Amino acid sequence: MKFHFRLPGVKVMVGLVLLAVFTFLAFFGSALAPYDPSARSNDILQSPSAKHWFGTTHIGQDIFSQILVGTRSVMFVGFFAGILATVIAVIIGVTSGYLSGWAGEAVSTVSNVFIVIPALPLIVIVTNVIPNSGDWAIAMVIGCTGWAWGARLLRAQTLSLRQRDFVQAARANGESTWRIVGVEILPNLTAIIASSFIGTVMFAVMTEIALAFVGVSGISQWNWGEVLFWAQGQQALAIGAWWWFVPAGLCIALLGTSLALINFGIDEIVNPRLRGAGRTTVRTADGRKARMRFGFTPVLTPSADEGGGR
Amino acid sequence: MKYFARRLGFYILTLWAAITINFFIPRMIPGNPVDSLIAQRRGEIDSNAIKSLDILFGLDKHQSLLSQYWSYLGQLAHGDLGISFQNFPEPVTSVLGSALPWTLGLIGTTTILAFLIGTLLGVFAGWKRGTWVDGLLPVTTFLSSIPYFWLGLISVTLFTGVDSWLPSSGGYDPGLVPGWDFGFIGNALRHSILPAATIIISSVGGWLLAMRNMMVTVSAEDYITVAHAKGLSDRRVMTKYAARNALLPSVSGFGMALGLVVGGTFLVEYVFSYPGVGLQLLNAISGHDYPLIQGVFLTVTVAVLAANFLADLAYMALDPRTRKEG
Repeated sequence: MKFHFRLPGVKVMVGLVLLAVFTFLAFFGSALAPYDPSARSNDILQSPSAKHWFGTTHIGQDIFSQILVGTRSVMFVGFFAGILATVIAVIIGVTSGYLSGWAGEAVSTVSNVFIVIPALPLIVIVTNVIPNSGDWAIAMVIGCTGWAWGARLLRAQTLSLRQRDFVQAARANGESTWRIVGVEILPNLTAIIASSFIGTVMFAVMTEIALAFVGVSGISQWNWGEVLFWAQGQQALAIGAWWWFVPAGLCIALLGTSLALINFGIDEIVNPRLRGAGRTTVRTADGRKARMRFGFTPVLTPSADEGGGR
Repeated sequence: MKYFARRLGFYILTLWAAITINFFIPRMIPGNPVDSLIAQRRGEIDSNAIKSLDILFGLDKHQSLLSQYWSYLGQLAHGDLGISFQNFPEPVTSVLGSALPWTLGLIGTTTILAFLIGTLLGVFAGWKRGTWVDGLLPVTTFLSSIPYFWLGLISVTLFTGVDSWLPSSGGYDPGLVPGWDFGFIGNALRHSILPAATIIISSVGGWLLAMRNMMVTVSAEDYITVAHAKGLSDRRVMTKYAARNALLPSVSGFGMALGLVVGGTFLVEYVFSYPGVGLQLLNAISGHDYPLIQGVFLTVTVAVLAANFLADLAYMALDPRTRKEG
C-alpha cells in the first residue's frame, strides 16, 4: 500500500506542536522544574517574578514547578485511559456492527446504556470507593466508563462498511471473518478510531482534573487539578492570588484546544466537505462580488458601462 | 409507534442497569463504612431507619445476595432511600427534594439556551463557510476546552467583590426564606446569573461545531441545489431546507450530551456553592455520607433518562420517518 503524505493544515500543525510540547513536558517536566514542587520556602504568596515564574503558594511552593511536574500525571491518565477506552470501543463497536441479529443489538444496547448514565458522578463514586486510588486506578476507571461514544461511532461505520462491495467480495471469496475484519474493515475505520481516541483523551484529562479539583482522588502526585484544589482550598480568589489558578487553567485549555485542533484535521479527512473552502467570495474585475456555491457556476457578465449593474 | 416502544424499552433497561450498579457499589467498599457510621449513631437512629439502611447497604450478612437484591428493589419502589448522615436525621429523599429544583432549573435553562444559541450560530457558520465566520471556530474551540469550573473561578474573581451587584456564592441571600414571592425569586435569579453564564459559555461551542459540520454536509445535497435552482431566497433555503435536516443529529445528540453537561454543572455548583444536587454529592463524598451518595446517583440518572425521553419525543416530531409504521 502506498501512502501519500500531505502537509497538514495550519490548524492541525498548531495542534500537533502544542501536543508535542506537552508530551515533552510529561517526560522531562520533573527534570526541568527549578524547585521541588512540594518544598516550602519563605517566599509566601509571591506574585510571578524572575525567581518564581508563576508565583508561589501560601506555604511558599513554586507553582511553575508544580505545573511542570504535574504534566506527567495529566498526560499519563489521559493517554492510558484513552488507549484502554479505544481498545474496548474497537472490540465492542466492530463486533456489534459486524455481527448481525440480536447479539449485535444487545452489545450496542449495552454501549448506549453507558452513554446515557451520567459519567462523572459514576466515576466520582467509584473512585471514592477504591482506597488510595493512584493514577493507574483513576485511568482504569475512566477508561472502563468512557468507551461508549467511540463504540457507537465505530458500530455505525462498521454497519455501513459491511454492505460495501469489497467486503461482500471478500466474503464470497471465502475469507475468514477474522481476516475480513482485520484487513478489509479495520483499515477503513482508522480515522474514526483516531478521532474517538483523541476525544476520549480529552474526556479523561478533564475528568482527572475535575476529580483532583474536588479532592476525590488521593493526594499522591502533583497534577493540574491538584494545584487548583489547593488554590480553591486556600481562598486564592478571595486574596487576589490570580497566578495560583490561571496557569493551570490555561494549560488545561491549551491541551484541550490542541487535541480539538488535531481532531478537526481528522474530521476533514473523514468528511472532505468540512475542509475550509478557502475564499468563496471573489471580486470580479469590475468590482462586483460573486459567491461560489456548490453545484453552481457563477456567470460573470462584464457590465456594459462604468456604473455597474446587470 | 415501534420506535417509541423501542426507546421506552431502552430506558427501562437503563434504569434497571443504574439501579443494579447502585446496588453493587456499596457492597464493594471494603470493611463496610456504613456499619461504623451507624454504630456511632446507634442510640439516635430509630429501628425502622436502621432496617432500611441494612437493606440499602447489605449489612445483614445472613441474607443471600439475591434476596438482598429483592428487598433492595422493594424498598426503592416505596421511595425509601435511607437517612442522610450529614443532615441527620433528615431522610435522603427530603435532602434531594430541596436540592433538585435548583439543579433542574440551572441545567434546564442553561442547556436549552446553549443548545439554541449554539445551533443558531452553527447554522450561520455552516452556511457562510469560507467567509470570516470560519475564524470563529478556533475561538469557540478554545472556549469549550476550558473546564466549566475554571471559568467559574475566573468569573468569580472578575465579576464579584464587595461592591459588586453579583453574588459570588450560594443560591439566595442567607436571610431570605425560600418561597414563591418576587423578592426571593429576584434574589435567586441574581445568584444564578454567573453559574448560568459559565455553563452556557463553555457548552455553546460543542453545539456550534456539531451544527456547523452538519450544515456543511447537508449543503452539498441534491435537494439544496434543487431549492436554489427553483430560485428560492437564500434565507429560505438555509432555514427551511438545510437547517431543518441538519438539526436531526443535534436533537438526537441532545439527550446523549446531557450526561456530560450534568458532570460539568456539578462542578459549577461546587465552585459557586450553589445549593443543588451536585454540591450535595460532593459534600456527601467528603463527609462519607453513603446513603446520600447513592440517592444522588439514582436521582440524577432518572432525571437524565427523563430528559432523553423528551429529546426522543422532539425527534419523533421532527423526523417523520420515526412515525412510519413498520
